[in-house]
Amino acid sequence: MARMSARDASMSGSSSIGYMEAVPGATPDLPLAVHDLTSAAKELVEGAFPPLWVRGEVSDFKAHRNGHWYFALRDAEAQVRCVVWSTQARRIPAPPDDGMQVVALGQMTVWPVRGDLQFSVRALEADGEGLWRKALELTRQRLEADGLLDPARKRALPQSPRTVAIITSASGAALHDIITVSRRRSPGVNLVLIPASVQGEGAPESLIAALGHLERWGGADVLIIGRGGGSREDLWAFNDERLARALAACPIPTISAVGHETDVSICDLVADLRAATPSAAAEAAVPSIVDQRSRLRALGRQLAATAQRRQHRVLTRLEHIQRRLVTGAQRVTERRQARLSTAAAQLEALSPLATLARGYAVARTPDGATLSEVGAFASGMAFELWLRDGIVSATAESVRARLDSAPGDSVTDVERA
Amino acid sequence: MTFEEDVARLEVIVRDLDRDDLDLDRALRLFEEGIARLRSANGALAEANGRVQELVAAADGSLVLTDRDD
Repeated sequence: MARMSARDASMSGSSSIGYMEAVPGATPDLPLAVHDLTSAAKELVEGAFPPLWVRGEVSDFKAHRNGHWYFALRDAEAQVRCVVWSTQARRIPAPPDDGMQVVALGQMTVWPVRGDLQFSVRALEADGEGLWRKALELTRQRLEADGLLDPARKRALPQSPRTVAIITSASGAALHDIITVSRRRSPGVNLVLIPASVQGEGAPESLIAALGHLERWGGADVLIIGRGGGSREDLWAFNDERLARALAACPIPTISAVGHETDVSICDLVADLRAATPSAAAEAAVPSIVDQRSRLRALGRQLAATAQRRQHRVLTRLEHIQRRLVTGAQRVTERRQARLSTAAAQLEALSPLATLARGYAVARTPDGATLSEVGAFASGMAFELWLRDGIVSATAESVRARLDSAPGDSVTDVERA
Repeated sequence: MTFEEDVARLEVIVRDLDRDDLDLDRALRLFEEGIARLRSANGALAEANGRVQELVAAADGSLVLTDRDD
């Protein structure tokens, strides 16, 4: 098909040159300028080829500073130089790697400056969605390097949010699903839509702006961000790295719900929770009122139970204290009694009466002073003798100290009256 | 007081009431507060007038909340 149209073009071209004898380049007197030649070739080639998909292997890939990409597409027998202008390159998820098998949609042309044949590429797809995967992987790696995918960053959702923020398209099915499910689960929960464009040019910027509004407003407890299902290109905004970073910085817990796909978006990786669908996101964000009621009932039961346990503990403690008081008092009494009998025994042992019991006598004055030395006696002095079983009144006849007592003592005889 | 705050406080109260070093007077007051919180949380659940609103930035950059019909 391409070959056919190229041949048609060259045939009509040669016939037109043959027909117009006087045109520049027909004679040595009228030489063609080089740029006229290459420009004519460019027009001819572009006219001859419609945009075409071409399969080949990428080699010599270079991304220029100004955003244009240059590489060659080749197979076993041939190669063609390719360019991707920066405006087109931005739409391609990731630059291809050398050696990658791709199909490229482009326009065959001539670069007049060099006179080179050139394939100007508008779209590029690697086999097995390689470029999308590569783009995702590159973004994922950068986010991971910054710790944004760390599972420890994941926050728990509030158990009973009062207000749920929803960032999605104001007209999409996702919003409708989220509102319906939330209403059914908890009619008292407030829902606040922060509308954003979710696909096409400017969608990432729109979503990032909505996140900015959410943060400035500060009135929500949890965020659902997402959209309903669509093609990979439709969902691509949610793979935007700047959006992922803005989402990671969101001050409240986040739930992503991007499409109904099994593919995981970059936003899914960064959000605190990934829901498979917008409805699932609403179920995760909004607790069912039935669950809430049973949670409250459980707390009420716990409260009653602690009160009972506490009462029981106080009573047990009181009983314990009472027992200890009683036994303590008993022990004190017993100890006192023991001390008393010990004292009594000691008292008895020391009592002079005990000495008398062993057969001794004590001399005492009638007013009770003990007479233990001869010096206390005088001849004719009346005194008493205390014996085991009674008292004898006596008079001292004479007083004399014992021979073995100290010298100088007066000598007196003591006799029984 | 939000439902969540009531429930969070209730959970703390239930835990504290099980502690031994709590004097009787404090325990009684905690228990009474627990009952009040339970009532308040039940009341919040009974409310069914959640709103659906839209947050948009006005031309001057200020944020405006408007009610939606859905």
